[in-house]
Amino acid sequence: MKVLVPVKRVIDYNVKIRVKPDGTGVETHNVKMSMNPFDEIAVEEAVRLREKKVATEVVAVSLGLKACQETLRTAMAIGADRGILVETDADLQPLAVAKALKALVDREEPGLVIMGKQAIDDDSNQTGQMLAALLDWPQGTFASKLEPGDGTIQVTREIDGGLETLELTLPAVTTVDLRLNEPRYATLPNIMKAKKKPLAVMTPADLGVNVAPRLETVTVVEPPQRQAGIKVDSVAALVDKLKTEARVI
Amino acid sequence: MPILVVAEHDATQLKQATLTTLGAAAKLDGPVHVLVMGSGCRTAAEAAAKLPGVETVLLADADAFAHDLAEAMAPPLAALAKSYSHVLAPASTFGKNLMPRVAALLDVAMASDITDIESADTVVRPIYAGNALATVRLTDAVKMMTVRGTAFEPVATEDGNAAVQDLAMAAPEDLRVRFIGRDVSVSERPELGSARVVVAGGRGLQSAENFKMLEALADKLGGAVGATRAAVDAGFVPNDLQVGQTGKVVAPELYIAVGISGAIQHLAGMKDSKVIVAINKDEEAPIFQVSDFGLVADLFKAVPELSAAVD
Repeated sequence: MKVLVPVKRVIDYNVKIRVKPDGTGVETHNVKMSMNPFDEIAVEEAVRLREKKVATEVVAVSLGLKACQETLRTAMAIGADRGILVETDADLQPLAVAKALKALVDREEPGLVIMGKQAIDDDSNQTGQMLAALLDWPQGTFASKLEPGDGTIQVTREIDGGLETLELTLPAVTTVDLRLNEPRYATLPNIMKAKKKPLAVMTPADLGVNVAPRLETVTVVEPPQRQAGIKVDSVAALVDKLKTEARVI
Repeated sequence: MPILVVAEHDATQLKQATLTTLGAAAKLDGPVHVLVMGSGCRTAAEAAAKLPGVETVLLADADAFAHDLAEAMAPPLAALAKSYSHVLAPASTFGKNLMPRVAALLDVAMASDITDIESADTVVRPIYAGNALATVRLTDAVKMMTVRGTAFEPVATEDGNAAVQDLAMAAPEDLRVRFIGRDVSVSERPELGSARVVVAGGRGLQSAENFKMLEALADKLGGAVGATRAAVDAGFVPNDLQVGQTGKVVAPELYIAVGISGAIQHLAGMKDSKVIVAINKDEEAPIFQVSDFGLVADLFKAVPELSAAVD
């Protein structure tokens, strides 16, 4: 079974982002970029499935600028076998990405798509569900455990009240949560090997997909900043403040 | 055209998040319909009919809708949604799982986790873990969105008198998904997302056992217990207690952060709390930059002392 893993290039999760003064978005120029952490977990899971002989091939896919090739190389350093970049400078939104991924799934015919549940830049949490809808495949979102069976996969999902388990008939889409695994560090030999793995580049037009944005960004602003308050020197002083000043207890 | 609110419920009661989603719907112009999909959920539909501002309650009662499976619910919901200007659902794991699937079937974009409504087509949503706020305009005919519960006032649960209308909705025949089971944490404490007080712990608690201290304090204050990702990853508490960018977003009257350093991913889930108290032995911890009252102290002494003092 082939596994397809979409990966997104985002501002590194350790970077404190800066909103552009003109309100058009967030500064990405000269900012450290990395693979979306959820996608790294997805790649790791796919590679583990190949190591367990459940998967035969892991294909990493990214959409966006040429620089996304670096993100694909990272995925291949973790262990993906090859990469596909759908290159575009369009402002990519979940529905457009889902459509492009559907076109790639139609070509590649994977048995399973594993992807991050959300990207830490736009925090949409939509693309996996949208892809599953377009393919008319079952979806196992927010997965903290995947157990492949015979033509099926059992997905344990993190839901608001606790955990839920579903059994999906393959082919299927699953989106992964933080506790599914801890991604390995790419070793230097694997980083070198990744440079030689095949990486195909195509455009949305090659896939016959229109990626024009459907959500129009009006402005992006900084949220109101919370002011640091005061320090109290004892529990008694804290209780007094909460009772008489804040009146919350 | 009317506005559709997709209710989240447990067959007998509506979830608090449904009430805040109705609060958001009230900011839009148009009659509000509530859709209650489920199995044996007439009681929940009747509860929805009593809510103010609800014109009609649509009840779609079928076995196939028993476990909130998006595969079962999305196709009939997408067919229904075409008659509405807006479709809203809570930004809970229920809404996040279901709504994008509906949006894609309709070929419309969706706004996730909105925190404000500026006009019929323009909404505000946090991006980058709440470190920026994007105002976005929805350009499609059906405007789909999920609503952040802490950002809107819930509607009061009385004085409405809407009609409950039965709706024949059918799930697709071959779902290719089977519900195996749910392992839901049972707690006497209030729901984390809507509690008035939240007592949250981080890695500083060091063990599951030590979280009992926070539970005792939460119980005295009538509050819920929350945790950081680090505390959940370490196995101190179950995943449903996680507060942060990818966990739950809370905005209680009082948030007590115990042994929490204050990573931006955690702050994203609690910085809209009215009063924030931080207890941490590291006076340089970033949590003190957002707290109203900070106490630099050993939590193992301070928390029991605080519990005793609020008797």
